[in-house]
Amino acid sequence: MPRNFRTRAAIVLVVLIASIWALYPPKKTINLGLDLQGGIHLVLGVETDKHIGSQSDRAAEDFKAALDRRGIGVKRITREGLRGFVVELASPQSWNDALTVSSEFQTFERSGEDQGAGRFSMTMREREANRLADDAVRQGLETIRNRVDQFGVAEPTITRQGTDRILIQLPGVQDPERAKALIGKTALLEFKLVDEKADAQAAAQGQVPEGDQLVFQRRVDKETKAERRTPYVVQKRALLTGGELTRADVGADPNSPGNWQVAIEFTPTGTKTFADITEQNVGRHLAIILDGNLYSAPRINERIPGGRAVITGQFSVDDARDLAIVLRAGALPAPVTILEERSVGPSLGADSIRQGMIAILGSAGAVFVFMLLYYRLSGLIADVALVLNLLILLACMAAFGATLTLPGIAGIALTIGMAVDTNILIFERIREELKVGKLPRSAIDAGFNRALRTIIDTHLTVMVTALILYNFGTGPVKGFAVSLFVGLAASLFTAYFFTRLLFDVVYMGRRKVQAISI
Amino acid sequence: MIEIFKNPSYDFIGKRKWAYIVSALVTLIGLVSLATQGLRYDIDFTGGTLVQVRFEKTPSVAAIRAGLNRINLGESIIQEFGHSQEFIIRLPLAVGTDSQQTAKRIEGALSQEPSLGKFEVRRVEFVGPQVGKELQWQAVYAVLFGLVGILLYIALRFDLKGGVAAVVAVFHDVLVCLGAMSLAHREFSLPVLAALLTIIGFSVNDTIVAYDRLRENRGKSIPKGMSFADQMNLAVNQTLSRTVLTSLTVFFSAAILLFFGGRVLADFAFVLFVGVITGTYSTTYIAAALVVDWTQYVEGRLRARKKSVVKAGEARKIT
Repeated sequence: MPRNFRTRAAIVLVVLIASIWALYPPKKTINLGLDLQGGIHLVLGVETDKHIGSQSDRAAEDFKAALDRRGIGVKRITREGLRGFVVELASPQSWNDALTVSSEFQTFERSGEDQGAGRFSMTMREREANRLADDAVRQGLETIRNRVDQFGVAEPTITRQGTDRILIQLPGVQDPERAKALIGKTALLEFKLVDEKADAQAAAQGQVPEGDQLVFQRRVDKETKAERRTPYVVQKRALLTGGELTRADVGADPNSPGNWQVAIEFTPTGTKTFADITEQNVGRHLAIILDGNLYSAPRINERIPGGRAVITGQFSVDDARDLAIVLRAGALPAPVTILEERSVGPSLGADSIRQGMIAILGSAGAVFVFMLLYYRLSGLIADVALVLNLLILLACMAAFGATLTLPGIAGIALTIGMAVDTNILIFERIREELKVGKLPRSAIDAGFNRALRTIIDTHLTVMVTALILYNFGTGPVKGFAVSLFVGLAASLFTAYFFTRLLFDVVYMGRRKVQAISI
Repeated sequence: MIEIFKNPSYDFIGKRKWAYIVSALVTLIGLVSLATQGLRYDIDFTGGTLVQVRFEKTPSVAAIRAGLNRINLGESIIQEFGHSQEFIIRLPLAVGTDSQQTAKRIEGALSQEPSLGKFEVRRVEFVGPQVGKELQWQAVYAVLFGLVGILLYIALRFDLKGGVAAVVAVFHDVLVCLGAMSLAHREFSLPVLAALLTIIGFSVNDTIVAYDRLRENRGKSIPKGMSFADQMNLAVNQTLSRTVLTSLTVFFSAAILLFFGGRVLADFAFVLFVGVITGTYSTTYIAAALVVDWTQYVEGRLRARKKSVVKAGEARKIT
């Protein structure tokens, strides 16, 4: 027996057992990509600017309130740019007091001071803006994860991608449209007072009173499918938001048969605020606004102390259920847009698996037969090595939790080609050595040694390309790169350990070898 | 023992001048096609919406178009996809719409066309303008960095001449594949990019096998007076049966992918199919041939310099 035979046999055995162990049972261990099992892949962009903008809005309002508290007269405060506002005082005399107030807003920087005109600008510091942007993405991620969990998807992937993107993969989702609507909804619930004095029709023409905003209530006629939009004028300032919610439940709408409603319950703070609002505004209308659309504007008849409210508005049971989910999970701090979407139905995925399997089995089968015919017993050795190669490849993918995609299957098909090349290189070399007149055993030795150098070079170059592919590619290309890289590593291993081992077993025994079947 | 070649000694390198003409012609045809017809890009790179629909009965393209015209979504492309009941509808990016609306509207429009019957939406893809642009750049980067990686690896393992010649060969292969895609009206998508990179790997693999043999021969006894061109020719011949066998197996694998791998993999397999042929060819006639000509050029310069040094010495003697 040649040197190291036992060691090499042991290594091969360990790898073989580990591979089988990692692969068993295959249905559970191999992750199928969305293109194979069906599902949605979404890349969402978080509009972090909107979050920064709304925080600046809020800071401007707070600033005005702070000045009011100290009795400092304000001519006006106007928002400027994405993250700043300009303060104009009623008189320059309160200049110093105003500066004291401004120093309380530590996340803002004061600039453009003009004492004579009583005017200065406040701009959000860079670091604060970055923090807010980061928060928006992180909270968005958390909120979406909550929603998806409540929606009930098995093994979703929800991760951050880059600075302001969220990658979502939902395997096996049957209704992509509904899932998308659920994930992408900002779900900002606001309670605002209707401005009873304003003329809604005039506002719809563009004359919106200061401090107010125009919103619409959409109603779809069930028979004609026609959409009717009713304008409302409401105060800009939200008295209460969905942030103060504890529960949201679905129930039948008692006033409108066939429609569903969502009953909400406030936190203790929210309950108190809600009670105060209703107490102070009896007789007025309170608008319930979700993502800028008015759902209803019921009249406040009396103080509501229990902290409960109902959202109605032509909901189907699914609509109501999804609305309850998004309300419970909370609003996204900033709106999101879909940058990339790939959704594959389950039937297409099944087709792809079938075709992929045919392709792999077809190319493997053709290679098997060819090797057997051309190299006979050595060809059989190569075929066994090829099987081990595929086994290791799949086991590695299972162990690393890599995902098998359709391009990944193509990568495997290609690996088969490369693995065969390895054997052809070795065999051709052994044949050459035999032709020069070497004895079988030394021909095997020389053939392996010489071919191995070439094999290492060829494998390493292609592995370098696979690594580069992995780093620069996305989605499908990455899947391809993974299976190619792992496949080549496996091919290198089988060439060095396994094929040689089989040759040793067959030809390096005690008996004299007359000829090699190659 | 079955053998394809028994001690082959074809004069490959000697005929390289003809091969240069062939390569130049093929590349030129590809470039002309790329310049005139261009390359069709998938929505991966252009951005847009793709919807794959399977109908219960074979529809006519006209009926699908009639259905889509109701919603005015711009210039849509309707293609049969591997099966007479299966279609792909592509829409360019439209201002102000997102994937959600577009896919839904397509579905709505199709269901309003009575002659189409029942159908199933099997796949929806949407790539926004930002992502499309990024993917485009990533594709360019992946190819460029792949080439740089190969250049460095070969320059380190062999020499700079070999590295440059191999990269020129690979570049030729990429151009030929792109040209073939343009001629065959195939679409450039992300999987096609993967195939292109595979071909880069495959072509380099082949080149390295030849270089490796040349280096091994030079390390051993080389008959005196054997020119570099002959040495290269010997290496190519010695590795010929391996090259042909391997190329054939990869070729057959690609062929099986192309014919049985389904429509999704068809473009991918097409590139492999073309790439295996050009990759095998370019090993001998571009990578090896260029190294030969480069070496001969350098040797010629060296000889010329030696001669001029001798002449200068003689001249001094005379005066």
